[in-house]
Amino acid sequence: MALQDVCDFLETLDDSSPCTSLPNEMGYMWRTPFELDRDSPFHFLFPPQQNSRKHKTPTVLSSTLSCLSPHQQPFQLSHGTTTLGFIFQDGVIAAADTRASCKGLICCPISQKIMPIHSHLVVNTSGSGADCMLWERILTREMRLYQLRHRRRLSVNGAAKLLSMMLHPFKGTNVCVAATLCGWDGEETQETLRSSVEMADVTTVSAISDESALGSEKAASVNELLKDAHALTLSDQNTKDVLSTFGGRSGPRVCYVCSDGLQLKGEIISVGSGSPYAYAVLDDGWRWGMTVDEAVGLAREAVFRATHWDAYSGNNVDLFHITAHGCRRRDREDLKEEYYREREREKEKIKEREKERQKREGDELVEGEVSGINKNELKKESPSTSIHHKRTPHGFRGLIKCGLREIGSNGAFKSSWEVRIYEVGSRVYDGRSELKENYELLTRIYDIVVAFMCVQLVNTIFPT
Amino acid sequence: MISSQAYGGSGKMKEYHYSGPVEHKFSPYAFNGGTVLAVAGEDFALVASDTRLSEGYSIHSRDSPKCYKLTDTTVIGCSGFHGDCLTLTKIIEARLKMYKHSNNKSMTSGAIAAMLSTILYGRRFFPYYVYNIIGGLDEEGRGAVYSFDPVGSYQRDSYKAGGSASAMLQPLLDNQIGFKNMENVEQLPLTLEKAVQLVKDVFISAAERDVYTGDALKICIITKEGIREELVPLRKD
Repeated sequence: MALQDVCDFLETLDDSSPCTSLPNEMGYMWRTPFELDRDSPFHFLFPPQQNSRKHKTPTVLSSTLSCLSPHQQPFQLSHGTTTLGFIFQDGVIAAADTRASCKGLICCPISQKIMPIHSHLVVNTSGSGADCMLWERILTREMRLYQLRHRRRLSVNGAAKLLSMMLHPFKGTNVCVAATLCGWDGEETQETLRSSVEMADVTTVSAISDESALGSEKAASVNELLKDAHALTLSDQNTKDVLSTFGGRSGPRVCYVCSDGLQLKGEIISVGSGSPYAYAVLDDGWRWGMTVDEAVGLAREAVFRATHWDAYSGNNVDLFHITAHGCRRRDREDLKEEYYREREREKEKIKEREKERQKREGDELVEGEVSGINKNELKKESPSTSIHHKRTPHGFRGLIKCGLREIGSNGAFKSSWEVRIYEVGSRVYDGRSELKENYELLTRIYDIVVAFMCVQLVNTIFPT
Repeated sequence: MISSQAYGGSGKMKEYHYSGPVEHKFSPYAFNGGTVLAVAGEDFALVASDTRLSEGYSIHSRDSPKCYKLTDTTVIGCSGFHGDCLTLTKIIEARLKMYKHSNNKSMTSGAIAAMLSTILYGRRFFPYYVYNIIGGLDEEGRGAVYSFDPVGSYQRDSYKAGGSASAMLQPLLDNQIGFKNMENVEQLPLTLEKAVQLVKDVFISAAERDVYTGDALKICIITKEGIREELVPLRKD
């Protein structure tokens, strides 16, 4: 498709905009499905405009494209995902989950959201599945054309601008594409290029496994790209930097492009319904100087946490690592196993804490009102183990501390007293009955402490 | 007894009628029901569909199968809006003929899938309301199933259910063919006889619980010898 265009094998039209034909008297444009793909690959059928406005001749940049609004369509398209990409000193990591959901039903548990475009660029897609698939094909075609015409790869920022310009005519319609372009802009010498092509050849061929949906076709196309790059290198021995980017620094890049027209560059980008959870993990663990293993672990952890909390993300994790030598794919990993491993780890931790509690029985308790509670019902927090608490006890602890600090600052205490915060149970979400009792106990403690704080406050306001 | 004075001249009750603007909408779509299923094996593929055509509370026909033979190695199953199913299959058949005349060979299953994806996306803004599943043999003779959404996103699978009872059938297939959520089980490859029996059982279950599925089941079995059809009766109520 791309090669025949650049060789002028068939007549081509230069602009690939969808509105190249004038509307007929019915008020909508279309092309019969029987015409061959001589020019742009897509001509769209637009339904007649719903409201009786005068017909404007649509131009490339106008947004009067009418289409069926989503509530008129009797079906929903797939949405909902977690994808992320970030750069660090040794390249770019792109990770995504593999769930494609459609209004409550999982259409496909093993979809592939990270698609390689060429040897040094992958795109993480999210939004509507069909739009992402087709626009990625169009982007691949345009980038291949660019590479054939200009003898160098387009940079990540250039690809982002290209995609943004191609999507712009569709602003206002319900095309929903949110793509993260992750790649390495290269300024490569002949030696690194040759070695990188060979290495990328080997690793991408072996690593792109058959589990991916269009696995064989994609692997074949990437192989073709690599072979062409190789051929270009060998044929241009004299030119210095064959595949360098124009005037820019080389290095890792991530770029976000959205069908609304938004374009962002950054160091960490995460997209989708699970992105808040992924951002939380990434912001916590990201450093520029991470090693590859740390980065891979961080990406995996971020997607795992996001799939845990977000209903629309799940199933497996796909991970790609792009360096100056090309992109390498990690095997797809089923997160169900990881979840069970995590539960085992939590069980181990609870056992350890039980042991430590039994050792430290009989230490000092909280003085004051709280001493009335039977000490056997409380488990003391052991300060040495760093416990990863998930929900309510953490929140309560924080609240109690804040409240007490407030009162302390008023000077209301006549005598100094210490407070040890007691943790009761660690996994309130587990649903076991004993933990439920402990949860109720904790709320009672909280109520008592709040009452105590109120009493103190009243004492400061109306000192007796 | 309601006296006739309560009614105004237009026949509506005076106290309780609405005289504001009313929106009447013409929807270009209708939902005609039906379920389609495809399974790919080592050297065979199955495409099965029920034969009921319904709309709302009525049944238009009890003998309207949803599998259409495209080439000697490919069958497509389309469910959703019957009008769009018919047009889409006509378009696909015409494009197949065009390809055959210009390239002197039939289209492979993978090529048909890619072409269907572009046909469907060409109508991105006024989609064909059809859930398609293509079943056939690929170039190496292995079974292939391609499942689509109404706007052209597609995926190669080993089994897929589409249509009105798809949400009921897909988990059962995940368990029986994909061996998901089963532990300590020997994962034998699927034989043709076992697959046909499984498909029959699965449709009988679907007909029990889905009102749009029933009447009869048509199975197209694609092997390198050709395409064989089987008709199995289902519940008619």
